[in-house]
Amino acid sequence: MVGGYNTISLGTGRKEFNPKKERPGLLEYIQEAGRGTLAKIGGAAVVDESVISNFMAARYNNQGHLAGFIPAIDEGLKFKPVVRVEAACGSGGLGLATSIKTVLAGSAEVVLALGVEVQNTVKAVYGADILAGAGYFKERKTGHAHFFPGKFSDRAGIYYAKYGREKTRKAMAVWFKNAIENARLDPTAQEHHNTSASPEAVASVEPNAKSFLEHITVFDCSKVSDGAAAIAIVSEEGLKRTGIALKDAVEIVGLGQAEYDITAPPEDMTALETTAVAVKKAIDMAGITIDDLATVECHDCFSIAGIMATEAIGFAKPGEGPDFVLAGNTSRTGKVPFNTTGGLCGWGHPVGATGIHQAVTIWMQLTGHAGNSQIKINEDRPYALSVNMGGDDKTVIAIVYKKC
Amino acid sequence: MDYNEKMENVSILGAAGKMGSGIVLLTIVEMADLSLKAENKSKTYVLNAVDISQKALSGLMKYINAQVVKIAEKKIVQLRKIYEDRADLIENSDIINEYVMDVMNILRPVTTLESTYESNLIFEAASENPDLKVKLFSQINQNSTKKPWFLTNTSSIPIHELDAKANLEGRIIGFHFYNPPAVQKLVEIINAKTTVADLSEFALMYAKNLRKVVVPSNDFAGFIGNGHFMRDAIYGMDQAVKLAKDIPFVEAVYMINKVTQDFMVRPMGIFQLIDYVGVDVCQYIMKVMNPHVKDEEIHHNLLDMYIDMGVRGGQNSDGSQKDGFLKYEKGKVTAIYNPEVKEYVAIDTFAAACDDRLGKLASSHITWKSAVSNQKTRLDVLRTYFNELKEMNTVGAALAVNYLKRSKEIGLKLVADNVALNTDDVNTVLLTGFFHAYGPVNDFI
Repeated sequence: MVGGYNTISLGTGRKEFNPKKERPGLLEYIQEAGRGTLAKIGGAAVVDESVISNFMAARYNNQGHLAGFIPAIDEGLKFKPVVRVEAACGSGGLGLATSIKTVLAGSAEVVLALGVEVQNTVKAVYGADILAGAGYFKERKTGHAHFFPGKFSDRAGIYYAKYGREKTRKAMAVWFKNAIENARLDPTAQEHHNTSASPEAVASVEPNAKSFLEHITVFDCSKVSDGAAAIAIVSEEGLKRTGIALKDAVEIVGLGQAEYDITAPPEDMTALETTAVAVKKAIDMAGITIDDLATVECHDCFSIAGIMATEAIGFAKPGEGPDFVLAGNTSRTGKVPFNTTGGLCGWGHPVGATGIHQAVTIWMQLTGHAGNSQIKINEDRPYALSVNMGGDDKTVIAIVYKKC
Repeated sequence: MDYNEKMENVSILGAAGKMGSGIVLLTIVEMADLSLKAENKSKTYVLNAVDISQKALSGLMKYINAQVVKIAEKKIVQLRKIYEDRADLIENSDIINEYVMDVMNILRPVTTLESTYESNLIFEAASENPDLKVKLFSQINQNSTKKPWFLTNTSSIPIHELDAKANLEGRIIGFHFYNPPAVQKLVEIINAKTTVADLSEFALMYAKNLRKVVVPSNDFAGFIGNGHFMRDAIYGMDQAVKLAKDIPFVEAVYMINKVTQDFMVRPMGIFQLIDYVGVDVCQYIMKVMNPHVKDEEIHHNLLDMYIDMGVRGGQNSDGSQKDGFLKYEKGKVTAIYNPEVKEYVAIDTFAAACDDRLGKLASSHITWKSAVSNQKTRLDVLRTYFNELKEMNTVGAALAVNYLKRSKEIGLKLVADNVALNTDDVNTVLLTGFFHAYGPVNDFI
């Protein structure tokens, strides 16, 4: 995997964001990210195929048929195959999985994987309708106005009752603090300009069911974002073609994909069961244990999802995720830094781009290209994990990476 | 008194005006929310928006529609509950559209008075002209089948006078919204001695449902709000005239405006406030008040002079400020009117010299904005500032201290004259209705 590129994640929080002014659209984001990666891998000529990941451009931007945007990145991509994939918030991960399989199938040596979402075309109240498409539409009528936050508020409420509200709320505030502190270090992050003296105190407010939700606040939610990310999946042959040195590449050593019935509720509201299955598959394929991981990019669409992910991955026992987070293990100086550029709560969540953005972040960390966000990667733990989740733990793609 | 029944058929006079449109918005949303209650589903709610201008009514429809969309977006959580039985309304957008339609379905824009004859309630927000108001009330009262209640938004005319002249038998109350009604929290409720008890009770309930802060005012011309503002404005104009004996008039206006805004930590200077309300409106309110005030003259020559020259202030239909004493560009004051040559003089040409003359602001000075945004520390910070101001030996500080004394004196007089029940009410009106950071009756001075 080589040549990662992230656009900024644009939305509330960025100084340049003004909802009343014209902003870049799908084309501009696709071109910026695509050209960013092409410039690093030797141009369009080296690319055999592309995969474009997106969730709901058909509603956010009245645009379907996104595969057709890939040749708009570069004349050299004209007539080359493109696949568009969609798995809600897991679209990016699915794009990576599809790219990996294309390379493994031997039909391509270099695949350009690109994810994009432009969400700020509608107000959040209408965006909630669009995002609800990541769930089962028959549940929309009985669901909350803010459908997905509602789903995770329900999960949080049950989690509080089972494992303790106080420690969980505290851990959620710490999750937010870590997200902001990491985002400040990455110039592309949506919360990069955040100047709050105490993010933890900011996130310690009580939920208000009247105006939002019963068990979570806006600080427990990921961002509404415009952005794109791209990276190239290459075979050994493909790597040679790009001329990129091995030290600037990361190896993909494990892939785990799992799907859950979208029409069925989770068996256990306090656990991310599908995530656990996908992670286990990826870790097993890599032949490692989670103790070998130097860093993790998890899908913290909500802070409670981040905490539950620490349990699903296996770092904490059920109900002990909050303790794991409160002990500082997931901070950038902790045992296993999570979401080192802010994750979905801090960097942003341009839905279809998120899975790719996670891979780009890990590629940056393992190759030493993370700039101010760089964490120390110990030689004895050269692995990293990304977990990208679509909907309420329905589609999950876990990937294990190794420093070359 | 059946609140719900009264709200079924309402007319608003002067509906497309600055005040009327806000009253329409607040009232129609209240009516829609009543209509959506299960027990009211079979009833038909009607709000007649009466105005003389078709063009203005067309603008009103657009304004109400746009505002109701925003309101619906904000209360989507409640609206989903209200429409939970409607299987066909699934997405937030479905529900918002339905709610907007339900609200707009109540609205009847009309240019004639006939439709009001079936209304139980008449809100009046026509021009501040006693004869016009009396004429409208009389005509409706004579033709109505309902013995309607009248709620007048007058800011100055004694209610008992309207009652007597229109022969309403106590079916009238003063319900004075502040501008803009949809935003301003304050209403002054003015009971005439004759006002029927049920109507008083209704007015309080209506204000409560609109989440307004109510200050009762006694039935004296100008009530509390204009009782203070008009006298405060007269003092400001007098001070400017006095200063202008030694310096050019535009500079005097600039200095007094700056003293009343910056030195006194108010949201805007006194001349800007006069422009905001309208030079013509101020003149009119004074005309209405003056005959009722025995011991002083509520009148100022400057206002008459400016009106004669066609300088009126007030706002454009998009809410932007028209030029008056001051000239505005994108909301900022850029020049001041010189009546001698009948043109505006750019502030840049004299501001620095005037600022020097006024002297520096105290080191502990805070802006109005930061004062009101820190409610916890507000009074302590202001006390520190005013203490420093009193010790300062500058022209600006002296003008400000005297102005503060006068403002307090006006507040105390309103209580002494029995217009306000107490000084707390006077302070509430200035704090809430005029967005002041402190009440005029304080112990700072």
